[in-house]
Amino acid sequence: MESGTESRGDAPTAITDSKKRYRAGVLKYRQMGYWEPDYQPKATDTVCLFRITPQDGVDPVEAAAAVAGESSTATWTVVWTDRLTACDSYRAKAFRVEPVPNNPGQYFAWVAYDICLFEEGSIANMTASLIGNVFSFKPLKAARLEDIQVPPAYVKTFKGPPTGLIVERERLDKFGRPLLGATTKPKLGLSARNYGRVIYEGLKGGLDFMKDDENINSQPFMHWRDRFLYVMDAVNKASAATGEVKGSYLNITAGTVEDMYERAEFAKELGSVIVMIDLVIGWSSIQSMSNWARRNDMILHLHRAGHGTYTRQKNHGVSFRVIAKWLRLAGVDHMHAGTAVGKLEGDPLTVQGYYNVCRDSFTKQDLTRGIFFDQDWCDLKKVMPVASGGIHAGQMHQLLDLFGDDVCLQFGGGTIGHPAGIQAGAVANRVALEAMVKARNEGVDIRTEGPEVLRKAARFCTPLQQALDTWGDISFNYTPTDSSDFLPTAAVAH
Amino acid sequence: MMTNPTGRITQGQFSFLPELTDAEITLQIEYGLKRGYAWSVEYTDDPHPRNTYWEMFGMPMFDLKDAAGVLMELQNCRKTFPHHYIRLMAFDSTRGIESIAMSFIVNRPEKEPGFVLERQETRGRSMRYTIRSYAADRPEGERGNGKA
Repeated sequence: MESGTESRGDAPTAITDSKKRYRAGVLKYRQMGYWEPDYQPKATDTVCLFRITPQDGVDPVEAAAAVAGESSTATWTVVWTDRLTACDSYRAKAFRVEPVPNNPGQYFAWVAYDICLFEEGSIANMTASLIGNVFSFKPLKAARLEDIQVPPAYVKTFKGPPTGLIVERERLDKFGRPLLGATTKPKLGLSARNYGRVIYEGLKGGLDFMKDDENINSQPFMHWRDRFLYVMDAVNKASAATGEVKGSYLNITAGTVEDMYERAEFAKELGSVIVMIDLVIGWSSIQSMSNWARRNDMILHLHRAGHGTYTRQKNHGVSFRVIAKWLRLAGVDHMHAGTAVGKLEGDPLTVQGYYNVCRDSFTKQDLTRGIFFDQDWCDLKKVMPVASGGIHAGQMHQLLDLFGDDVCLQFGGGTIGHPAGIQAGAVANRVALEAMVKARNEGVDIRTEGPEVLRKAARFCTPLQQALDTWGDISFNYTPTDSSDFLPTAAVAH
Repeated sequence: MMTNPTGRITQGQFSFLPELTDAEITLQIEYGLKRGYAWSVEYTDDPHPRNTYWEMFGMPMFDLKDAAGVLMELQNCRKTFPHHYIRLMAFDSTRGIESIAMSFIVNRPEKEPGFVLERQETRGRSMRYTIRSYAADRPEGERGNGKA
């Protein structure tokens, strides 16, 4: 195509003649070097899979090249100053484009990034490139970052979870079963004294953890110091009453990082084993609080408040599996990762994919669970996934079957709304959990016989019977909006 | 008598269920063995929630693949320390885990006196909390746990 006296024209791939390449003016992205169909990603490259919806008439390969360009070095026109740099290595390279099965107009685009594009140990820097300007780029109607493969060399620039689920279990002395928690309800309005009552009842009844909700910070009805004082009295009293280590996630989210440090210090001073932050505080704040938690022997719980604004729709945003990978790198010990059976969005296989990202030593490509890439976690600690939102004791067999032992199951309404009171609600959940773990270990197929296991346990546990009578039939069966679009065929394999 | 809904210490996997029979314990041991765990028996007269190191009743049984053998060790421990807390623990040596995978109480004193929460008023409204085992009120070796 690039022949004779022709101008730069419609070359479908990179223009190699430097004079032509750097003449002032506008070029197609694929002519600028952002499309390299023969490119083999290096072991140190980050590889991203985007789902893109080009505007009508925009060629999908050109759109993929534009994504590579706009998420790395490109601007809209040729600049001669590129020639002062080893510009080819700074260009991200789109190297593969394929139509999304059963979704006309959408394409998967694979893009590789050189390791020198991202600052060591900075999710903020990585995200500023990968989900920065590119997501507002006009030639695309929509774009979604579906998955990411982070090379070991970059993984090792992060410290990861400050505690990790193995050490968390050792500190709490709780093994061989999911952890059990509940979010204090109502989420807003309780005074600190009343709030502590809910904590005490839940923990004494048998829960391991209670939890502040994401929007409990320091409002007029309950100042944070008051909350911390009453909650820690409840935690310690319940611990003495049961002989177990107990905790309550004290939400230290605040308007400034300085305020968060102050709240974290007070939580530590009062002997809390865990503090909590919200995803909305931002990546740099998350990494700062992770460092603090590491210095202070603290478990760090993360509530993923806000994620649904960009993770839920399949055609635009960032998949939660990518957010989960970034959170593991950034360093949290707990993260909310979905319930599949509860009130909030989540296709069961897709949700299992998030759990695997949290807990695997090495995550293998698993297209039915939406995992496109192998990911070596290089001994980074494991995150305890948290299932929270509209789940109850009657679903215990499904939850244990879907998620296994390494999960924190949180029954907020399902504890506090129990007809015989909060302690009874906690007993019902703990008995259901222990009975189900015991039955599974004995070889019972809990998928089919789970309801019978619960009914049997309810014969010696009235609170469980009451829970089953109240919620046994409640389910949230809606079609998930975010499920895997892949057919597990070799064609999609990378 | 403790005042929580079970009336007893709720450490371990199965404290909220009726006492496991030896046949039920055997099924749990077999589950662990199938997964490659090593079982061990530990006992204590001080079940403080942060008393990590209970006494080992022998070494972890790394090479024992027979549930009956593990149960026999447990029975020996029960005979030697009938009034102590005894727990079975399964260890998983898989890289990246290298920790306890199962843990449940299989023997308790007849009476479980529980704990007192001591509050020490400090600065302002802050409180310093200490949990103390009633069982530890007497010297080690003279506790005769739960008998008196």
